Amino acid sequence: MTKIYMDNASGSPMHPKVVEAIMPFFKEGFGNPSNLHKFGRITSDAIQAARTQVANLIHAKPNEIIFTSSGTEANNFAIKGILASHKKKGNHIVTTQIEHFSVLNPLKTLEKSGYVVTYLPVDKYGMVNPDDVRNAITPTTTMVSIMYANGEIGTIEPIKEIGTITKEKGIVFHTDAVAAAGNIPIDVSDAHIDALSMSANQFYGPSGIGALYLREGIRILPFMEGGVQEGGRRAGTENIIGIVGMGKAAELAKLEMSQRMNKVQNLRNRLRDDFLKNVSHVYVNGHPTNRLPGNLSLCIEFIEGESVLLFLDMQGVAISSGSACTSRSLKASHVIMATGVDAALAQGTVLFSLGIDNSEADIKFVLEKFPPIVERLRQMSPLYNLKK
Amino acid sequence: MQYSAKVMDHFANPRNVGEFPDADGVGEVGNPACGDIMKMSIKVKDNVIVDVKFKTFGCGAAIATSSISTEMIKGKTVEEALKLTNKAVAEALGGLPPAKMHCSVLAEEAIEAAIDDYLKKTTGKGLEKKKSHVHDEHHGH
Repeated sequence: MTKIYMDNASGSPMHPKVVEAIMPFFKEGFGNPSNLHKFGRITSDAIQAARTQVANLIHAKPNEIIFTSSGTEANNFAIKGILASHKKKGNHIVTTQIEHFSVLNPLKTLEKSGYVVTYLPVDKYGMVNPDDVRNAITPTTTMVSIMYANGEIGTIEPIKEIGTITKEKGIVFHTDAVAAAGNIPIDVSDAHIDALSMSANQFYGPSGIGALYLREGIRILPFMEGGVQEGGRRAGTENIIGIVGMGKAAELAKLEMSQRMNKVQNLRNRLRDDFLKNVSHVYVNGHPTNRLPGNLSLCIEFIEGESVLLFLDMQGVAISSGSACTSRSLKASHVIMATGVDAALAQGTVLFSLGIDNSEADIKFVLEKFPPIVERLRQMSPLYNLKK
Repeated sequence: MQYSAKVMDHFANPRNVGEFPDADGVGEVGNPACGDIMKMSIKVKDNVIVDVKFKTFGCGAAIATSSISTEMIKGKTVEEALKLTNKAVAEALGGLPPAKMHCSVLAEEAIEAAIDDYLKKTTGKGLEKKKSHVHDEHHGH
C-alpha cells in the first residue's frame, strides 16, 4: 500500500536522528532536573543543551527560551501573559484576520473583559500591509501579534517591517511562528521580535512540545504557577523527552535549512506547475513567491475539499482540506475567506504540505492520481455543467 | 471524526449519479457557500418513483447520503418517498458524525423538492405543507 504523507502542516514525522536522541531518555531521563544529584544533573544538562539548540535556531539567547506544551500554549501564554503584565500601558492589541485560533480565541476572550482588538485585513495573497499596522497603533496599544507565516496558505508576512514599526513605537511584538520556525530562517534580533511561538512537530520534532521565545527584559505573567521551572514563568516538571527531541530537531533544522528548503520547494513547484497544466479552474492560494517552501494550497472550483481528501486517502496520500483545525467546522476557512475568495470556491480548498521525506516518485504518483479524482467529483457536481 | 464503512462505500461507489434529460421532477437544495448542494431528479410512472439520479457538490457525507437516499426511494410511491426521514437515511448509513447530520437533512429536503416539482408539473399544485426541518445550528441555509 502506498503511503505518501503530504500533511506536514498538521504535524511532521519525527526525524530518525531525533528519535535516536530521545531514546536514552526513556530509560535515563527520570531524574527531576530541579534536583542536585547526578540523576537530576543528567536531565538538567540535557534541557540546557536543548534550550541552546532551540535558541540558536532563531538567533536568541538560551535564557530567552521557555518550553511549553505546544505552539497553542506558547500563543496563549504570550498573549495573556504579556497583556496582563502591561495593563497599565493600555488595552489595545493589533492582530490580523488570518491568525490561528490559538491567537484569535484568547483575544476574543480578552475582548469580553475590556480589551480592544484590531483585526487587520490582508490582501489577496494573505499579506498584511505594514502601513496598516502603523496606522492601527494608538497610544493605548500594548501589543502587536502577527503571525510569521500562515500554515494554511503559506504566505510569509513582512515581519521585519512590522518589527521595525513596533520597535520605533515601543510596543511589544509577538509573532506566531509555529508554521515558520524550523522551516525558514528566523532571526529575532534582526526582525525586532519580542516574543515568538514555535512548535517542534512542525519541524520533525515530537508532538506535545513547543517553546515561547521572550526577549530578555519583557515582562510576562507566569502561565503555570508552582515551582521555579523555566525561570519561574512556566512551572511544572519538564517534559524531558519532548525538550530533548525539540532541541535535536532545532539543531538539525538549522544545519540542513537551505538543503531542506531547496528540496521541498522544488517538489512543491513541480506538483503545482504540472497540476495546473493538467486541470483547469484551479487557483493557488497565498503569495506566489513569498511563501513557505512546502505549502501548496489550492482552490479547486466546482468541488468540495473533503471529498478530494477522502479519495486521495484511499490511494494512500494524506493531505488536508483547508486547515486541520477548521475541517470539523462547516464553515470555509477564515484565512481563505480573508483573502477574498468566493465562499463557494473556498469550499474547494485543499492543502498539500510537503516535507523532507517526500520524493520525486511521490509527486509523480500524486500527479497521476489527483486529476482523475477532481474530474470524477466534478462529474458528480451540479455546479460543473452549469459553468462548463 | 470518522465515517462508517457504509458511508465510505456509498462515497467511493456512489449509486445513481447523474440526471435525466426528461425528468418528471427535479429538486435542488443547499447553498454552495455552506459547502453542499444536492440535486435530485426523479422519473415517476403511475405514482411510483421508477428511477432517480443525483448530483452533489459536497463532502463525503453529502455524497453518501445522496447516494443511499436514491436507493431508499427507488420503487416507492410518491407518498412513501415523502415519509423518508433524515434519521432513517443516517441510520441506513450506519450513523453519521454529529457535524455531518445536516447532510441527511439535505437529502430529505432534496427528495421533497423533487416531488414538489413533480406535483407542480402534473397537478399544477406543489406540496401543500412542507415538512419543517431542524438544521444544525452551525449551518443555516
